[in-house]
Formats: sequence, structure tokens, C-alpha cells
Amino acid sequence: MTANEVKTPGTGTPPVEEEERKQSGTREFLSRLAHNHLAMFGGIVFLIIIILAVFADKIAPYDYMTINMDETYLRPSLEHLFGTDQYGRDIFSRVLYGARWSLLLGFGSTIFSTVFGIIVGSIAGYFGGIVDSVIMRFIDILQCIPGTLLTVCIAVILGSGMWNTIFAMGFGGIWGTARMLRGQILTVRGQEYVEAAKATNCNDFQIITKYVLPNSIQPIIVQSCSHIGGAVTQAAGLSFLGLGIQPPYPEWGAMLNDGRAYLRYYPNMLLAPIVMIALTVLATTFFGDGLRDAMDPRLKE
Amino acid sequence: MNFEHRKERPEDGKHRHGDGDGRRHHGHRGDPGKQFHRGDKLLKVEDLSVEYTSGKKVVHAANHVSFELNRGESLGIVGESGCGKSTVAKAILRILPDRGARISGGKIMFKGEDLVTMPEKTMEKIRGAEISMVFQDPMTALNPVRRIIDQVSGVIRLHNPELTKKEAEQRGIDILGTVGITPDRVRDYPLQFSGGMQQRVVVAIALCCNPELLLADEPTTALDVTIQAQVLEMMKGLMTQRNTALILITHNLGIVADTCDNVAVFYGGEIVEYGSKEEIFKNPSHPYTIGLFGAVPDIHSKVDRLTPVAGIMPEPSDLPAGCKFHTRCPYATECCMNGDVPVVSLGGTHICQCHNIQTVQEANKKEATA
Amino acid sequence: MSTLVEVKGLKRYFDVPKGTLHAVDNVDMAFEEGTTMGVVGESGCGKSTLARTIIHLQEPTDGKIYLNGKDVTHVSKRELPKLREQMQIIFQDPYMTLNPRYTVEDTLKEPLAHSGRYDKGSLDKEIRRLMDMVGISGRLRMAYPHELSGGRRQRVGIGRALAMNPKFIACDEPVSALDVSIQAQILNLLQDLQKEYGLTYMFVTHDMSVVKHISHKISVMYLGQVVETGSTDDLFDNPLHPYTKALLSAIPTIDIDKPKNRIQLHGELMSPINPKPGCRFAPRCPYATEACSQPMSLREVTPGHLVSCCRAEELSDKQPVTAGGAAECQN
Repeated sequence: MTANEVKTPGTGTPPVEEEERKQSGTREFLSRLAHNHLAMFGGIVFLIIIILAVFADKIAPYDYMTINMDETYLRPSLEHLFGTDQYGRDIFSRVLYGARWSLLLGFGSTIFSTVFGIIVGSIAGYFGGIVDSVIMRFIDILQCIPGTLLTVCIAVILGSGMWNTIFAMGFGGIWGTARMLRGQILTVRGQEYVEAAKATNCNDFQIITKYVLPNSIQPIIVQSCSHIGGAVTQAAGLSFLGLGIQPPYPEWGAMLNDGRAYLRYYPNMLLAPIVMIALTVLATTFFGDGLRDAMDPRLKE
Repeated sequence: MNFEHRKERPEDGKHRHGDGDGRRHHGHRGDPGKQFHRGDKLLKVEDLSVEYTSGKKVVHAANHVSFELNRGESLGIVGESGCGKSTVAKAILRILPDRGARISGGKIMFKGEDLVTMPEKTMEKIRGAEISMVFQDPMTALNPVRRIIDQVSGVIRLHNPELTKKEAEQRGIDILGTVGITPDRVRDYPLQFSGGMQQRVVVAIALCCNPELLLADEPTTALDVTIQAQVLEMMKGLMTQRNTALILITHNLGIVADTCDNVAVFYGGEIVEYGSKEEIFKNPSHPYTIGLFGAVPDIHSKVDRLTPVAGIMPEPSDLPAGCKFHTRCPYATECCMNGDVPVVSLGGTHICQCHNIQTVQEANKKEATA
Repeated sequence: MSTLVEVKGLKRYFDVPKGTLHAVDNVDMAFEEGTTMGVVGESGCGKSTLARTIIHLQEPTDGKIYLNGKDVTHVSKRELPKLREQMQIIFQDPYMTLNPRYTVEDTLKEPLAHSGRYDKGSLDKEIRRLMDMVGISGRLRMAYPHELSGGRRQRVGIGRALAMNPKFIACDEPVSALDVSIQAQILNLLQDLQKEYGLTYMFVTHDMSVVKHISHKISVMYLGQVVETGSTDDLFDNPLHPYTKALLSAIPTIDIDKPKNRIQLHGELMSPINPKPGCRFAPRCPYATEACSQPMSLREVTPGHLVSCCRAEELSDKQPVTAGGAAECQN
């Protein structure tokens, strides 16, 4: 053994680690999360954005659709915090209402892909054999198609609108989640406690819902949390291409599309949605990372 | 195996000063004819204490541990998980986890020098070269993506920089041959080997460093009995042929009986009983040691029921005051609950840390005659 | 004493990329009611697979399993729960066998609830009785596995197996992950339970000292096959198969006065994938001859003592082994 190799830690667990393991639990998880300042910051920012979206009609000073041709292209002022656009609509109000659409798309597609991903992944992972092979080959084929291309194709076929956009975006996300959960389940399924469950006459459904899923789903939840930000960006991208939410609804991506012609002279029209998208993505990423660290203290070391 | 090519390292000079027993520095490893003598003092651990800190909690993993080890001798450290036996080995090699662990007191005199205060640079030279360690899981010491022979010859080259790659490889093949790994397998990757073969490779790597002290932490726990026997024989061979000293950490009393000259029984971070193999196995005196023997079924005796110690080992963070064992001890009296426990000498090297040693021994004798 | 469980010609093969892995190959074994049959062997010899196949956690490739003389090799999904109530298993690693998200109560409640024999009030009583039986104090009822020590976890595992009120329990290395004093406590518990409820154990382990302590009869397995079987005393006093002899000689004993004649085996285990016919131990056996490449089966040498070695009789006086190129060391 060389000097370097000798340093590899042995298998004997020092008491410190033993202690950590014994304390871990829900309370320990929450306290670790609370001590992660970046995650807490992300969580709070995200919460504020959600509140703004939910109470947009109470907070927004103007309607998002009312055209006022007397007040077009206004610079930011106290009256119009972010100025107005080419139709004289208040950008601040539109950004607030836009949060509704963007978050709906983000949450909607994430929940859609997670739920279906869990179903597909647990079927493939738990039953294995031919079922697993068929599902996995299907996923392999789908994953050969670039994600954005797939989403755009579906969006074009189905046409615009909220539900269609949610489906188009969520569809591409199902497979990654399914593959990840399948891997998790394969690990968990090999554990002796699943065998023990069989020996105590649990049926397949009970084993999946009580033994396999609770012990393999954590990483999926964490991943989905970080994924929301990405979905918001993707939704913006689709709307920017004119495939997502259609005017006059103020989705952030649609607002970007509206404002892109005026970038040089009225950058405030673009800046507002861009800042909101960036804030959302950052907030969810920080929070998601925090969740992951809090669940697995070893990752931080 | 030839080791005479070993180049004398400049650091070796440093170890020459300040000790009454000059003999042991005259010879250098592998120098034929100038062998170290069996029985020369090699390691002396004095009053060693190790603490782990986790948050506000302080865990006393080892408390005032003292023992000595001579060249060519072996010490078995026996105890159950959490008793601090691995901590002591890691402290000797100074590979305690960086965060939270520290040697809070005592000395580890290795060839007259204190390893506790030794600068890290010097320590790096000692690790692997003069003190080697074998872990329970061989894969912690093997690199999964390097071929076996490359790993072995790499270590040989590290210690013998004058060798060419070819020569080092040839020597590696020789050494692997001595641990029963045939030349046709040496280009395999570690994962292609069985656990027993992996462990033998680890011991082979320890061999080619030709250490003066070998620390083995549960080296055979993961192995089958027939393979375990092979690995133990190899380590014994190392001791007799090269006067390597061995510290064998195990929970298996049978292995201790097979391999070790002296035995230290650990409980709650302390040595509760120490003595030669004969003294401990013929006359176990601490209630915990007696309990350990009562818990092991032996193939040469027939008992209907085992008589283990009741209860479970307290958490290292939550050790009782007074004698650490009093919560499980059938002989515990009031005096055991507080204060220091006297160390009683039972003749020879045999010592035992117990208040009620006479009661225990009398009860034990009665039981033996009954 | 009657035979509770019996297997005949049991095979369990696995298809692996390199061929067919013969994990359990043509095993005959009979378990007498109220006794313990120890199954020993080294890692990979198929002893765990055998246990899992017998209690129907794995499908046998071929062969028969009998319970009380009735063929239960293939049972329908509906009959399986009934069968499981009679045959249970205790696993090796108590940390891995408990659902991390179940409290002690949840773990014990599940099999009880499945049996459908208990209403709410009696269920509660039964859980308390089980915890008493295996020695877990009531205050740990709501504890999660990670809050328990290894010994206590194994007690919960035993409690879960007992909840079904089985007659036959396969113990798959139940003490090898535990510290010595805890190991002894669990062994005592298993023995007490056997005495009290007349349980039949299949005790799978690699630890010869443990198996000698707890078993009435022992089968030694090597690469999927039983190479020797007999009463504990016969097997330890008069081992017939060269592998058994080597295994016995390799055990470190705490008796320091006993001289040791250790037979060292050379070579590695033969691969269990597509094994050649003939004795599977032959490549490591110091006494192997031409005849050993012929197919071999268990034969009775003395009453109740069976061995699958064609030279068993002529070698029986060579004990401990000294000749035939077996490396031996005296210490």
C-alpha cells in the first residue's frame, strides 16, 4: 500500500457517522434544509412568485388585456412600474398575470411527466422481464429524438393552447423520470426487505406502494422540484416560437416574442419577463439542490 | 523475494536518534544478515485518547489506551463494534477522519519517535513503508480500474525508484505468486477476483512494502473459512520470516487464538483486560472477557446454552460513568458506578481493569469446578 | 419424529450471459419436525438460494418440495399465502430486511393483518405478545429500524417470521452480521423458541462453530450440491468428505491447547456456470483421481451419514489428512 492508498478510509464506521445516521429522519431533514441559506432563499423567492401569480388579480394595478393607445411605449414610472407596451398595456400587470400562465405550464408539465414517469417507471422496474424490456426499448427510441424537437413536433401537431402545451412538454419528460425511477426500483427491489414483504404475503400492489415507492421516490421528487424552473423556460421558449400560449394572454415567453422587435429602443418590454424567468429558474434550482442535500447529508461532505 | 535493492531513504537517518536500544537501527530492512531481532521494542502506545466531535457531542472513542509491541510479535485487539478498536489502529496510522476526530492525549512511540506530533510529511513516508494497514474490505485499498499487476508494481516502484518498469513487474509477479495468484491472472482487474483473492492481493501489496508493523482491521471477516486460513497463514509467515509486528483487530476469538501472542480486550474505548494469549484464554478475568468466551460456540466443546453478556453495548457517545461495563456486569457493586477503576495486575503481563476482581475469580472457579 | 419438509432432486438454475449457473443442483434434504438442520458452505455454494427456493421465494427449476408429505412444489397464487403461514424466513442482515419506513409495530402488524385472524383489539394484543416473545421492550414499539441496534433489528425480523405462526423457519445466516455477544443472545432466543413451539429450523450459515452449536443434523454444500450430510456428532467426529475435513480444519478455535493440523486448500472455486460433470471439489481436492470425473451422488456410508465421495471409505482413516500432497501446517 502506498501512502496515498493507505489513506482510503476503512470500513469500520467511526462513531460520528453512526450518530448522524441515527438522527436522520423528517425533523433532521427539515432542520438541515432550514440551515441551508441558499435553499431557503430560493424557496422564499419561489413562494413569492407563486403568491404573486395566485393573487395577480388583486395585486395588479391594471388589466392585462386592456388596450390604451394613448399610453403606448411608456418608460417605467410610478404609475407604470415597468412601463407599457406597444398597445399601452401595463407591463407590470402583464408580468404578474404572465406568472400564472408560466407557472401553470411549468407545474402542469412537471406534474404530468412525474406522475406518468412514476407509473411507467414502477411498472418497468417492479415487474422486470419482458415488460421492462418492451418499455425500456420504447424509451430508448423516444430518447433518440432530441427533446426540443419532440416537444415542438407534438405542439405543432396538437396545436396551441394550455393543455396541449402541457402535454407536449410533459410527454418528453416522462421518460427520463421513468428511467431514473426504474433504476431506483431495481436497487430497492433487490433489497431483502422486499423479499421479506413477499414472505409475509404482501401482494404486488402493496409491495410497490408500501415498500418500493416510498424507498425509491425521493430522488424523483427532488429532480421534479429542480425541473420546474426548466419547464418554465421551456414553456417560454414554446410561446416565443408561437406554439404555446397565444396572444393576448401574457405568458412570459409570449411577452418576449412581443417585445423582441423593440429591444433596441424599449428594452424594458423584454427585461421584465426575462428577469422573472431567471428568478424562477434560480429559485427552483437552489431549492431543489437544497432538498437533495438535506435528504442525503453525504453529498455535502 | 528479494528486497536487497531497496534504496536507503534519507529520512531513515532521522529515526536513529534518542533511544537506549541501539540495536534495532543497525539493520535496514531487507539487508540480509542484519535482521531485526524478534523481541526488540517497536511500538509503545501510552495513554492514548481519541475524541470524535459531532455537533456539540463529544464521543470518547478511545480512553487512556496503553500497550507495547515488540518486533515479530502480534497483538490481538478484541472487542465488539463501537468499542474503539478500529479507532486505535487509525490513530496509529494517523488516518482518523479529518473532520471531528482528534487525538486528545497520549503518545504513540514508534521506534522511539512520537507519531502523534510527527509532521504530516514524515508520516506519509512511514505509512505504507514502515506501517501498513489491511482493511476488512479489500476493495477500499484496490483501485478498481487498474490491473492488479500495475497496482502491485506501482507500489514496488514507489519504494524502489531505481527499478525499471519491467523489473518491478517481474518482482510483482513473484510476490503475487507467493500469495497464490498465478501469473495468468495478474493482468486481471480487481473486480474479476474473488473476495479472498482481492484480500490476498492487498496483503501482497502490504508485503512488498515490507513493513515493520502491519495493522490488520478485521482482515478476514469478509472471507470464507478456507480462504481465511490462507490469509492468516500468510500473515504469520510475514511475522516469522521478517519479524514484522502485527496488530490484528478482530471480534473472532478463534483467530486471536490462532495468530496472536498477546491480547487486548476492548470495551467502551478502554482496554479492560490485557495479557499473553495463554493468560487470557486460560484465565479470563474481566467479567466482559468471560462473557465474550461464554458467547462463542466452540467446535471442541459441547454446551447446550451460550452464556453471553446481557444487554447491548452502550453508544460510544453515551458511556456510563465509573466502570464502562457496570451497566451490563453481573458482579457490579456500588463502587463500580463512579470514579476510576483500578488496574489490577494478575501476574506476568496479565492486567485487568476491575473493582471486584476477586469476587469474579472466585465465582469463576466455583463454576469451573461445578 | 416425522418429516415436516422434504426436498427431492431440487434444482435452481439461473440463466447468465456466460451460460447456466447451477446455484442449486439436485439437492435432496429432509427436515425432521422440531429439529434443526444446519446447512453450511462457503459463499456462492447455493445455500441461500436453496433456502429461498424451499420457502417459495424463488421458483425451482426442477425437483419436488413436500410439506407434511404433500407436494407443494407448484402452488397457485391463492394457495401461496396459506403455505407461507407454515414456512417462514429470517434474513441475514437485519438492517436490510426491515422497511426503513416502517416502525416496529408496522412491521409486525402487516403479516398479522394479512392472516385475517385478528380484529383490532386482538391485533394489538398479538403485537405485544410477539414483542414479548422475541424480547423487544414495549417502548420501542414506535421505533424505526435506524433507531434500533443490530440485535434488536434481528429480533424484529424474527418476530415478523413468527407472526405467521409457522412450523418451519429458514434462517439465512441470521447471526453472521451481529457482534459475538448479540449473536449468542439471538442463538439462545432461537433455541428457546424452538423448545417452546416445536419449530423446525433450516439454519443456513458459513460459521461451523455456530452450526455445530445449534444443529441436530448438518448438510455440507459445495457449489450447489450437498457433499455430505449426517448428524452433527457424526459429521464433526468423523467427517468423510475431503471438503468437510478441510472446512473443519480451517476453523479457528478458542481452545489454544488443541494442536492444529490445518489442511490448506489450493486453487480457486470452480465456476458454478456450466459445471463439468463429476465431483465439483476435485480440482481443489488433494486426493482426486480419475474416478472423480465420473458423475457422483450421495451414498450412505454409515446409517444416516451420507457422502458424495468415491474414496470416502479408504480416506476415512486419514484423519487429519497428512498425505496426498495436502499442504499442512502445524502450530
